Amino acid sequence: MSRKRNTGITQGLKYRGGGPMLSWELHRIGGLAMVLFVGLHIIAGFFMQQLGSNWATVVNTVYESVYFQLIIIFLVLFHAFNGLRIIVLDFWPKLLQYQREVTWLQWLVFIPTFTISAAMIIFFELRGG
Amino acid sequence: MSIRTAHRIGFSFEYLMWIFTRISGLALFFLTLLGLIGAFVLGARTQLDMSALIRWTFFPNPNHVVNTSIADVALGWANAWWQVMQMLILFFGVSHGLNGLRVIFEDYIGTSWSRPMMRGFIFLFWLFILIVGVYVILAS
Repeated sequence: MSRKRNTGITQGLKYRGGGPMLSWELHRIGGLAMVLFVGLHIIAGFFMQQLGSNWATVVNTVYESVYFQLIIIFLVLFHAFNGLRIIVLDFWPKLLQYQREVTWLQWLVFIPTFTISAAMIIFFELRGG
Repeated sequence: MSIRTAHRIGFSFEYLMWIFTRISGLALFFLTLLGLIGAFVLGARTQLDMSALIRWTFFPNPNHVVNTSIADVALGWANAWWQVMQMLILFFGVSHGLNGLRVIFEDYIGTSWSRPMMRGFIFLFWLFILIVGVYVILAS
């Protein structure tokens, strides 16, 4: 794999990859965010549970905030649905001719799932939790 | 431009991890689905709010449902079945995620010594996180 691409970040950001590139970026960013989130959560959970430590309690309290949870749910759900699409297209490559339609179907499932969950969480918070 | 080795037929580490990423992703999907169904069997419809349900679905640990309308988490929510489920999700999730991290790093790291070193660090971190995770699961 080549690492010297003779291009910089600004040039990369100008690449007009469209919808597929957005899916790839969200999938990768979500994956990174989850690795950081889950890793830190496991470690903080250990420290909070076994040693009663204060910084760990702070970290886990931040994790329990509504805004944080909404972002995480968005990234996890997108990563999951996009991942399912990738798995299907990897194991049945003949379906690649329908990539556009499958992506459309993916958003069709993702948007109601996320919106309904987010709405329920937000309304619950507004009613006092 | 680095030299690309010609593709060899057979089972390489890369190929096996490619397969594992897909399999573990599917496994995570079905494990979380099972957790979601289990939650509804235990009475989540009347006892859990949405964020507690999502916390439980992502990882079925009783600490994720303590501040809810469940009378006693020890009745049904904190038994060995859920401990096994947690360990399965932990294993598949951590391995899937850290392999993804490796893929991302390998987009940027590629000299002869830094790639094996990076892989070594990720492998050690993988062992560490699995051990800490199993400890937390068993002590919950």
